[in-house]
Amino acid sequence: MFDFLQGYDVLGAFWTTIQLTLWSAIGSLVWGTALAAMRVSPVPVMRGFGTGYVNVVRNIPLTVIIVFTSLGLFQTLGVSLGADTFTVINFRLAVLGLIAYTSAFVCEALRSGINTVPVGQVEAARALGLGFVQVLTLVVLPQAFRSVVGPLANVLIALTKNTTVAAAIGVPEAALLMREMIENEAQLILISAVFAAGFIILTLPTGLFLGWVGKKVAVKR
Amino acid sequence: MSSVLYDVPGPRARRRNILYTLGFLVVLAALAWWVLTGLAGKGQLEWSKWAPFFTDSRVWTTYLLPGLENTLVAAALALAIALPLGAVLGIARLSDHWWVRGSAGAVVEFFRAIPVLILMLFANAAYAAFSDISPDTRPLYAVVTGLVLYNSSVLAEVVRAGILALPLGQSDAARAIGMRKGQTMRYVLLPQSVTAMLPAIVSQMVVIVKDTALGGAMLGFSELLASVRPMSANYGANTIASFTVVAVIFIVLNFALTSFAARLESRLRRGRKSTGAVVAADAVEVLATPGEHMGHKPKPPEQS
Repeated sequence: MFDFLQGYDVLGAFWTTIQLTLWSAIGSLVWGTALAAMRVSPVPVMRGFGTGYVNVVRNIPLTVIIVFTSLGLFQTLGVSLGADTFTVINFRLAVLGLIAYTSAFVCEALRSGINTVPVGQVEAARALGLGFVQVLTLVVLPQAFRSVVGPLANVLIALTKNTTVAAAIGVPEAALLMREMIENEAQLILISAVFAAGFIILTLPTGLFLGWVGKKVAVKR
Repeated sequence: MSSVLYDVPGPRARRRNILYTLGFLVVLAALAWWVLTGLAGKGQLEWSKWAPFFTDSRVWTTYLLPGLENTLVAAALALAIALPLGAVLGIARLSDHWWVRGSAGAVVEFFRAIPVLILMLFANAAYAAFSDISPDTRPLYAVVTGLVLYNSSVLAEVVRAGILALPLGQSDAARAIGMRKGQTMRYVLLPQSVTAMLPAIVSQMVVIVKDTALGGAMLGFSELLASVRPMSANYGANTIASFTVVAVIFIVLNFALTSFAARLESRLRRGRKSTGAVVAADAVEVLATPGEHMGHKPKPPEQS
């Protein structure tokens, strides 16, 4: 019944999906944290930049960003991110686009976590003579990170699903392979079921597990 | 919030802040310089590449406006179909019968866990194989179907959250005057939760608008993003200019929706006549996550 799978590297395509997810997750966690720090910093220009970045990027469709990395950055401006084969270039461009987009959501999640820390704690820390950086790194961020495991898990799941957009610039991941298989095989329902199952396996346990972790580590108030 | 993290800056802190500001501005300026010289080096800053968007109305009438119209039509259709479907699914998830609750839950969790693009690809192929919809209109059907499947399950969670956010006393009172379950839902809970859900629905509209671009990139649906290629082909390889204009249209449209949702939310929260139940505009991100409420019994609503 599943002999249509022969000749297609379904696992390889999902492995590319996972790789896209992991690299983009790491990148957007770093850039998103930097953005969140900017948004709460005492320097107005940085705050303005952070707010502007989040508001602009969140409102552009991810598809526009990803297609732009290929048509605009690579084909027009010649940005190839140090790679020389098309597959690698497109993979890196897709990761770049996913990081640019996802970090806006990571930033918002972190900022909501910073908001859960009671004002009294910050006032107490400042009364002890801690400066902004100390207040942020010793008192606020440790608690904030524990309370945003759940929201960050939501961002991660959305990212996993969003990696399919990389198919728009020809990254050989799950959605692209699905389109190819649908075109060549007459098993629409079965093919779709395989890919649906793949994404359920990727996203559902992540949501359940990280939701559980989030409840475990959250600071009880 | 930000002002809580630090004191009102004194003279030393102010000097330090000015230093940080200058440093940051230098970095930004260097970045801007790098981008602009890169663009200029490829001839993308020439006026002739940007001029069509200001001087030639045909670029708007042949490409941008029809593209925008298709985007909006697809988004509006998707919302109009997904909303009632979502309401049915959401109410079914609150049913007293385990089999209704369970099957609605399974449907919602299934479609939330799958990328919209996968659903669109499936719908496109399914219409090609099992229906006689003409290939010209098939992309629209596929895009709307994919959006409906995904968003009705997200909106189901919005509806559920809206009903659960109402104070418990509402249904108690309805039961006390002898209303049956269906009556309580129809006359008491739904009408009130509709207002509570408005901010979340408007902000889900942003997601729907953004997702229509998938149809342009993958299914040949001629929406706003899809107008970039013909524009840069006809107006002298102005890829960057075309992308910029398309992105700006998306940003303006979605920013308007986002701020409308935020205004609605703050108005509902301030309102004295309402029950105080609001599904926040930024709650949909959580509600769109699969597995979020699996196996949980409906919780009593939070009192605000």
